[in-house]
Amino acid sequence: MNKTREPLVHISRRDTLPWYKAWGIRAAAIAAALVVCAVITTLLTGENPIEVYAAMIDGNFGTSRRIWVLLQNVAMLLIVSLAVTPAFKMRFWNIGGEGQIMMGCLATAACMICLPGVVPNWLLIIIMVIASATAGGIWGLIPAFFKAKWNTNETLFTLMMNYVATQLVAFFIIIWESPKGSGHVGIINADSQIGWFPTIGGNKYMLNVLIVAVITAAMYVYLKYTKHGYEISVVGESERTARYVGIKVERVIMRTMIISGALCGITGLLLVAGTDHTITTTLSASRGFTAVMVSWLAKFSPIFMVFTSLLIEFLGRGASEIATDFGLNEAFGDILTGVILFFIIGCEFFITYRLHFRKSAAHEAKEAAENV
Amino acid sequence: MDSGKIAAVQMRNITKSFGSVMANDRVWLDIYKGEILALLGENGSGKTTLMNMLSGIYYPDAGQIFVDGREVVIRSPKDAFDLGIGMIHQHFKLVDVLTAAENIILGLHGEGKLDMKAVAARVREISGRYGFEVDPNQKVYDMSVSQKQTVEIVKVLYRGADILILDEPTAVLTPQETDKLFAVLRNMRDDGKAIVIITHKLNEVEAISDRVAILRHGHFVGDMPTAQTNAGEMTNMMVGRPVVLNIERPEPKNAEPRLEVSHLTVHDEEGVKKLDDVSFTAYSGEILGVAGISGSGQKELLEAIAGLHRAEGGSITYIEPGTGAREELVGKDPRDISDMGVALSFVPEDRLGMGLVGDMDLSENMMLRSFRRGRGFFTDRKAPHQLAERVVKELAVNTPSIETPVRRLSGGNVQKVLVGREISSAPTVLLTAYAVRGLDINSSYTIYDLINKQKERGVAVVYVGEDLDVLLELSDRILVLCGGKVSGLIPGRGATKRRVGLMMTRLGGGEGDE
Amino acid sequence: MFDFIAFIPRAVTQGVPLMLGSTGETLTQKSGNLNLGLPGVMYVGAICGVIGSFIYETGTPAESINGFLAVMIPLLSCLAGSLLMGLLYCFLTVTLRANQNVTGLAMTTFGVGFGNFFGGSLIKLTDSEVPSIALSATSSYFKATLPFADKLGWFGEIFLSYGMLAYIAIVIAIISSYFLKRTRPGLNLRAVGEDPATADAAGINVTRYKYKATCIGCMIAGLGGLYYVMDYSSGIWSNDAFGDRGWLAIALVIFTMWRPAVGIVASILFGGLYILYLFIPTGTNLAVKELYKMLPYLVTIAVLIIVSLKKSRENQPPAHLGLSYFREER
Repeated sequence: MNKTREPLVHISRRDTLPWYKAWGIRAAAIAAALVVCAVITTLLTGENPIEVYAAMIDGNFGTSRRIWVLLQNVAMLLIVSLAVTPAFKMRFWNIGGEGQIMMGCLATAACMICLPGVVPNWLLIIIMVIASATAGGIWGLIPAFFKAKWNTNETLFTLMMNYVATQLVAFFIIIWESPKGSGHVGIINADSQIGWFPTIGGNKYMLNVLIVAVITAAMYVYLKYTKHGYEISVVGESERTARYVGIKVERVIMRTMIISGALCGITGLLLVAGTDHTITTTLSASRGFTAVMVSWLAKFSPIFMVFTSLLIEFLGRGASEIATDFGLNEAFGDILTGVILFFIIGCEFFITYRLHFRKSAAHEAKEAAENV
Repeated sequence: MDSGKIAAVQMRNITKSFGSVMANDRVWLDIYKGEILALLGENGSGKTTLMNMLSGIYYPDAGQIFVDGREVVIRSPKDAFDLGIGMIHQHFKLVDVLTAAENIILGLHGEGKLDMKAVAARVREISGRYGFEVDPNQKVYDMSVSQKQTVEIVKVLYRGADILILDEPTAVLTPQETDKLFAVLRNMRDDGKAIVIITHKLNEVEAISDRVAILRHGHFVGDMPTAQTNAGEMTNMMVGRPVVLNIERPEPKNAEPRLEVSHLTVHDEEGVKKLDDVSFTAYSGEILGVAGISGSGQKELLEAIAGLHRAEGGSITYIEPGTGAREELVGKDPRDISDMGVALSFVPEDRLGMGLVGDMDLSENMMLRSFRRGRGFFTDRKAPHQLAERVVKELAVNTPSIETPVRRLSGGNVQKVLVGREISSAPTVLLTAYAVRGLDINSSYTIYDLINKQKERGVAVVYVGEDLDVLLELSDRILVLCGGKVSGLIPGRGATKRRVGLMMTRLGGGEGDE
Repeated sequence: MFDFIAFIPRAVTQGVPLMLGSTGETLTQKSGNLNLGLPGVMYVGAICGVIGSFIYETGTPAESINGFLAVMIPLLSCLAGSLLMGLLYCFLTVTLRANQNVTGLAMTTFGVGFGNFFGGSLIKLTDSEVPSIALSATSSYFKATLPFADKLGWFGEIFLSYGMLAYIAIVIAIISSYFLKRTRPGLNLRAVGEDPATADAAGINVTRYKYKATCIGCMIAGLGGLYYVMDYSSGIWSNDAFGDRGWLAIALVIFTMWRPAVGIVASILFGGLYILYLFIPTGTNLAVKELYKMLPYLVTIAVLIIVSLKKSRENQPPAHLGLSYFREER
């Protein structure tokens, strides 16, 4: 029989969905993901899922120290997400945040190690800010330059730049290692605390959190209300339109990636000078990659990024709390994060597209089964 | 009903909508074997959509399709091939990095191992039978447009298609190539194949088709043997009422040179010469029409003037009104040109891909031209918003709100937004490319009015068009391009369609013809 | 003098996981899917092999371990695990048309986490008595070489000293290369990655090709993870030991210009670059070794740039790489 049947499901693009419906779908996806995560956790630990989530909340908010750690982590993830966002809005897939952060760390550490005694502390800190932003900015500019001039694939280029940066850091770690032969740098200027960021009210995370809050607001304004922000949107939507209205596309690409890289570099500064006071090859903790997801999940909106980075950090921290409580491996958090991400990524489909089921699908399927 | 004809395809009550736009509304159409059917209709009348449903690109919302008298459901192009239906799209569906032969066998079933020699032999055999010229081993990116089209047709024949659909096949061809194509089509018809040619050109309908079917605004209007009708009747059916193209043409006032183009030569990205030694002057208060078959260099001409396309040689000089100061535009980009104070507006052919940003709303699209104004770091959002409101009001743009993304507006409204923005900056030069393409009659007249008003304001208008009737009625002078060269520059008043048509196809054609 | 006889076999064993990874990713990318989840897929492939083998080895007395089962169980669990990852990627990016970069990165987070979690918790979860995951019995089967290989001097050392997966990797690369160049489905697959709308119009089922190429690609890449743990590390799992080889495999795809046959030599070259620092006499200057480790990445960047500079129509990434396809988009 040659007669073909009408397709079972027909997909078409939706007109824009009202925001509350779109966020409703996303909330439903997260809820579904949390249920799945609970099931996985219960299967592995044998614990009651409610206790599992109680443990997660406790792990995040149990003590004021935990809250501050959470805030610090959210801030660090948020600033990287903000950094990569202008590039993404321009449809420039900067997955080299990791490398740009490492370069910022490297520049900061170099200043802290080489300059004490040469310049006063206040000047040192200013130099550190400039150096870290410059280092990250250059790391962002290199792939942008080639993208702008010869359309070199930026996704793969920035990805490779991550490892070049990591190896550079590894190189300098051995040069600066202390004590010799230990393979790590140790706390830099542990006694003098030169180049360390000041603590506010004895809290070493407070300053970082405040800085990131300011940057969040600034990025929101930059993207939404400035000429630069507008140019970025136009280039992202259509390069031809951008050229047509006289936007110098090459310049916008390079400028935006310098900003993107410089913010990542600043993240390195906050990590080295603000909290950790040392440098390792894993200091950025894959935030360059996680930020890609945070930024995308928030639809490139700095305000929503506060929530998405909170969500990701909450899960990560909560899952590692479960892992500790039940004697599981730390990496459990990554599994849960992955599951939730899959749900959120998948649910975008239902926001963008509409499914039309064939009216009598069930009926016809039954008929077909009987015919066999 | 002719008794001797066998229906290859019958379409019944076919309906298809895209969002709120009804592309086809209960359309009936019959296609017969051994016959060339011209599917005639204006741009946007739903011809291509209808045929896309036959070739499996779109799926109808409602209606039935019968092939050889049997009801079928065409879910995908593969289903269409299995039914012997092959479509040659306007935008060729060829993979650039593959060879002709590889493209031809793409997606076919057969032995897993490829025997390219056998394929090449078969391709040569088919080409020989109908009179094509194809090199099976040539890469598609090395081919000319007409070679690509040939590959498309061979591809369809290779698959044993009995029903061929060609979507505006001559739009990109030279007259000689068109003649060759028509000869091939007649060979295929005589071979018993059913052929549909989608077109909006009446002369082609008369030259090639046996029968003509007409669509208007997604509705089927009627069909009849070509021999029993005439251009007037077909036009009436196409546009719904007799066209009395009553476009105003006021006499130019105080015409003075505004834009001098001399010996302009432009290459495209692949290094092919698109404009060759083009010279003319555009005057203020005048509409200079530019005619030519599609791809004769119209796009490159406007883009070169607007600073979007590099010129290999020649000069473009802007003469400032009042002072008479001369500014050279070659080598400048759009930003430089506007910084020089040259008030140049450009309505490009590709509205949503170049002139506007589809995902931005009306007010943000107004900003495209004005966002750089002012010294500060921040954009002024108020002025563009007011401009958007003004454009919506004055040009009667049909939109739910100023905050609606322009992608969601219909073609005519999109064009009103674009033209409205471009003329809002009080230009001294206005370039327009296919300003009424895809627009309904009313919107078209709105656009003609706007252009005429600009002319009366003393703007030098360069109007690139495809509809000769309009060009002849609207333009003060007509520049005819043929293969990138100036074929002639004639007064619009008193020019005839026949003469311009000849000049379009032959360099200097029609000189001394009358 | 540079010791090639010692260097080459080590370069090869370093190269094999990269070869499998890049062959798999090449097939995937030829369908237009840029799977940045490859590192995750390779981790999952490795850990699934480990889980299968661990259960078999700890549950069976040493004397009754069957060589065939000892190989087949990890092999099949590895393939099954990577297949699931491939299906997940396809479901999200092809069926649900999600952004490929985001999906890929999420898969890498998930996959690496999955590997490290089970690597770290397997013993506890199965209540085993062993101190660490050391699958020496299984590994001995994977590492088995021809009995006369070590009698052939330098020839045996350079060409015959590897376990079976190394040779399988080469065979897979050759078959993939032949498949892409000389077969009908291979041609169709290339068309899907270049121009899915055209492929679709030509009657090719784009969705099915994307699924198949990606899933098979993931399974091949998963074998790379299995080779690493069973052969290279002699059956000993340690968390994060696999490192960034997954990313290096993606780099290799670009380096080879999407040609699996070239990948055989190139992956050994990359493997060599990866360990070159061990063979360069740097004396006590350990730091310089870290700079040598940069080489594979720098070389890849250079290739990326050169390719984009040349602008030749051949040797470009598949034109539709990284984009999802929807027939009725307009």
